[in-house]
Amino acid sequence: MTTVASENIDARQNIHDERSALSWAVSDVLTMARRNLLALIRIPTALVFSIIQPIMFVLLFRYIFSGAIPVSIPGGYVNYLMPGIIVQTTIFGAVGTAIGLAEDLHRGLIERFRALPMARMAVLAGRTVSDLGRNVLVLAIITAVGLLVGFRPHGNFLHYIYACLITLLFAFCLSWGFAFVGLAAPTSEAAQAMTFPLIFPLTFASSIFVRIATMPGWLQPFARNQPVSEVTNAVRSLMRGVSPGNSVWVSLAWSIGAIAVLGPLATAKYKKVA
Amino acid sequence: MSDFAVIADTIVRTFDEGNVQALKGVSLQVPRGEVFGLLGPNGSGKTTMVRILSTILSPTSGSATVDGFDVVKRPDDVRRRIGLAGQYATVDENLTGFENLRMIGSLNHLKKSYVMSRAKELLEEFGLSDAANRNVKTYSGGMRRRLDLGAALVARPPILFLDEPTTGLDPQSRQDLWTIIEGLVEGGTTVLLTTQYLEEADRLCKQLVVLDKGSIIAEGTSQELKTQLGTTVLSLTFASTSDAARGVELIRDLSNKPANVEGTVVELTVEGGPASAADALRRLDGAGVTLAGLTLREPSLDDVFLSLTGHKAEDEMVTEDGDATAKRKVRA
Repeated sequence: MTTVASENIDARQNIHDERSALSWAVSDVLTMARRNLLALIRIPTALVFSIIQPIMFVLLFRYIFSGAIPVSIPGGYVNYLMPGIIVQTTIFGAVGTAIGLAEDLHRGLIERFRALPMARMAVLAGRTVSDLGRNVLVLAIITAVGLLVGFRPHGNFLHYIYACLITLLFAFCLSWGFAFVGLAAPTSEAAQAMTFPLIFPLTFASSIFVRIATMPGWLQPFARNQPVSEVTNAVRSLMRGVSPGNSVWVSLAWSIGAIAVLGPLATAKYKKVA
Repeated sequence: MSDFAVIADTIVRTFDEGNVQALKGVSLQVPRGEVFGLLGPNGSGKTTMVRILSTILSPTSGSATVDGFDVVKRPDDVRRRIGLAGQYATVDENLTGFENLRMIGSLNHLKKSYVMSRAKELLEEFGLSDAANRNVKTYSGGMRRRLDLGAALVARPPILFLDEPTTGLDPQSRQDLWTIIEGLVEGGTTVLLTTQYLEEADRLCKQLVVLDKGSIIAEGTSQELKTQLGTTVLSLTFASTSDAARGVELIRDLSNKPANVEGTVVELTVEGGPASAADALRRLDGAGVTLAGLTLREPSLDDVFLSLTGHKAEDEMVTEDGDATAKRKVRA
């Protein structure tokens, strides 16, 4: 021990890497994101759960409810369903942001990070970025599952990628809101529970599973105009190879609007919790 | 450069919109290159003080500097000079020991090559080489604590904050950590340590302050604190509690401080040492009270605390007192 200790003060020279603040901020975000992704590999149950749940939804709607949900598009309900499931899955994935941050907070890790000379926003940004990374992986798996159960996107490959980017961007922006929830929650279990009242109306009162025209009249204005329906319409149109109208632009506007509001909100909350 | 590594001036910190006063105007000066103790029971405000000095929490009023930098105005300069480790051993359970140190090194903005060699070096010194590539989840409490301390040392901070570093550890792990801390100080590190173990403060700290309910109730060297109390503790063990109750009446006036009775043991701080012991024996013998044991010893910091506060240092006081931090963490 004494060998490490005795050179302590003198050995401090020259151990810091001099870089610009921006370069360090990027490095800090990546360090945090890498740490979160490593944890994901270490506790595969979390990853498996976030894959199994959407697969269950695919099977449930594809084989149990599809007969009861009439849609008239080429390829049938599975082609209607899968773009919706893809949107739902990325949004559910953003729930992980709330859980992960709540865990870090209550394990005291955020305290440690706050006493380090790292970029302040890196804890939040690292989390949202790693959740984005996980969503990319989950999306690839769900696409494969969709193809297995008969999903046939009629748009070209590039359109498919655009569609994925639109929903990934929206989920990323939304995850800043879940970051706020995670920091406000008393426990990580509570964080998960608190996200459901937000996520349920957004995903189910939307065009993800059924056409909005089949919903009761009072619900339709909400369902039609809320962001998840816009994102779903954009994703579905691109994957089907039909014109998305202005839904792509509306989706992007929602995403930018969401992060413009939720980003500062989460950052302010992060500054307050300690 | 100031002679003091840490200076705190009238730090006040309230929680719950002023309803809970965790610190009520605490000032302290930590000299460079030694271990400075912050001694007090749970809820006395120790952790709140460390969190303020390590820039995690801002003071409600008052100011503090660490290595000459104001903790509120220049937090990043402070963060580059401090290491923080504590009883909650905040290491990432999902990473390996090595990955934890690498992450902390990178977040300290150290050179990559340096972080690699430093992490290896620390793991080796702290006896964690074999466990370096194992998930921290599999570590014992003592191993986590050593890794936590290692993480605080990656950037070779000149000032180290240790918040109850040995709370909850077994005696061997505690000894190991003490040895490590002594080694660090030999190397020139300044350590501010909080503890509720008086033995720990006695062994490590050159100077200390005693905190109780957010205020400093005593300060000085541990020797000074002991002499505040009287020279010797006369400890008498009786055959039964009723004998103890009778005995304490007979010898009470040998001390000008109140006697401490716990079961069959009666303790008195006395000036005269052996003469007082002989006197006590004569009186008890004359009254026919039999003794099971008698010792004379130097007063411990435990005795100091008891005489200063009227309660024992290791009393659990979290519920009635007001350290919001302690409460939150206990719950977590």
